[in-house]
Amino acid sequence: MVGASLAGARAAEALRREGFDGPITLIGAEPHLPYTRPPLSKQYLEGTWGRDRLELKAPAPGPGTGVDFRLGTRAVGLDVARRRVRVSGPDGAGEVGFDGLVVATGCHPRTFPGAGDLDGVFTLRTVDDCDRLKAALDGGPRVAVIGAGFIGSEVAGTCRKRGLDVTVIEALPVPLAGALGEGMGHVLAGVHRDHGTGLRLGVGVEGFVPGPRAGDRHRVAGVRLADESVVEADVVVVGVGVVPTTGWLDGSGLAVDNGLVCDAACFVRAEGGGPGPGFVVAAGDVARWHNPLFGEDMRVEHWTNAVEQAEAAARNLLRGPGRAEPFAPPTYFWSDQYDVKIQYVGRARPGDRMVLAEGSIDERRFVAVYVRGERVVAALALNRPARIVAWQQRVASRSSWNPDLD
Amino acid sequence: MRVVVDFDRCQSNAVCMGIAPDIFEVRDDGFLYILQENPPESSRSKVDEAVRSCPTQAISVEEG
Repeated sequence: MVGASLAGARAAEALRREGFDGPITLIGAEPHLPYTRPPLSKQYLEGTWGRDRLELKAPAPGPGTGVDFRLGTRAVGLDVARRRVRVSGPDGAGEVGFDGLVVATGCHPRTFPGAGDLDGVFTLRTVDDCDRLKAALDGGPRVAVIGAGFIGSEVAGTCRKRGLDVTVIEALPVPLAGALGEGMGHVLAGVHRDHGTGLRLGVGVEGFVPGPRAGDRHRVAGVRLADESVVEADVVVVGVGVVPTTGWLDGSGLAVDNGLVCDAACFVRAEGGGPGPGFVVAAGDVARWHNPLFGEDMRVEHWTNAVEQAEAAARNLLRGPGRAEPFAPPTYFWSDQYDVKIQYVGRARPGDRMVLAEGSIDERRFVAVYVRGERVVAALALNRPARIVAWQQRVASRSSWNPDLD
Repeated sequence: MRVVVDFDRCQSNAVCMGIAPDIFEVRDDGFLYILQENPPESSRSKVDEAVRSCPTQAISVEEG
């Protein structure tokens, strides 16, 4: 397994559950055993959950299970023909051989030019990132969040819970317009405003404003926007999306195109799109696979997909390409922002029709569905956790939209 | 087997309900209810899947 986060850990467990009793090596760039990331923008950052709540509690691979963890070790290259991963770690450079490989290297945060030059500018992906940000928040700073995506919106909500002054800056006209559509974006903009978060929407970021020198570096003093205005801030969180971690696959002969390209069974494809080696699968944020349920290639950067895809990919790796089964989930994710729980199943596209299926938008308690032709392709539940499973089943079974469905 | 939920961790994401609706139910009040605290052995693989798939690691199984 290259990647020792959620997908890597779940793949290792699945291999054991399916009866594989050979040696397993998990190569992880972070120095930590696998842990769960969703609390990093919520309860852990807020301070209500401690480090113990990040542990992956379910049957974790550990001592005595024949699982060798190579932590703090980065994959730097892949030789498919010789079946070796080149690594760089605490013991220097080396190689790890394999018969079968699960690629689960995830993503890393996209950043902004100049972000690395100033103190007080943060991205959030790992627990170490979170510990640094959390320490900075302890000083009661004014916070600017660049990007009103899921991470940015959740961080803003958490900062407000901590009583901090927060401004969210977003280039699009509303939050999460790309992921959820503009209609939902308006609802979520209202949630931010009702909780006292400042919003600067529809305006790009030009750069950072340097503040006083601290040691040999400057602290950040604010964010300069494209309209020349400045959002003053002591802490800036950059949440402008993530990039699949595939640089180490350069020259491997595998197809990389916004992720590691896979077939419907999660086997990686060769450069040019042909069949790959048949003993390499991918799972989690890094994998771009063909999901037959929606008939499209997709990459999903969410928790539940990492679990489900890791288990499917591991099973298929053991079966081999001839007996592999397609991975065709409806896909599910959630996001908790302020007092709002968003749950989403399926896969909408711009141009899909959005219909209020249940509840009331004004009360912020509803289910909205996305319809393409006649088919329900996605559903979004806002503060209606009891209803998401029913809609998940409809998305999974390709149900037609019918106003009397409920 | 006995199904145990740490309600301090549970965030009602309803993933467990999607996997084993005869054991887990999130109701209109937004809370999770355990429908069968001691499910039959035939439910074990579904319960284990729910344990692995719970986003907040709130579910565990006690033997006996």
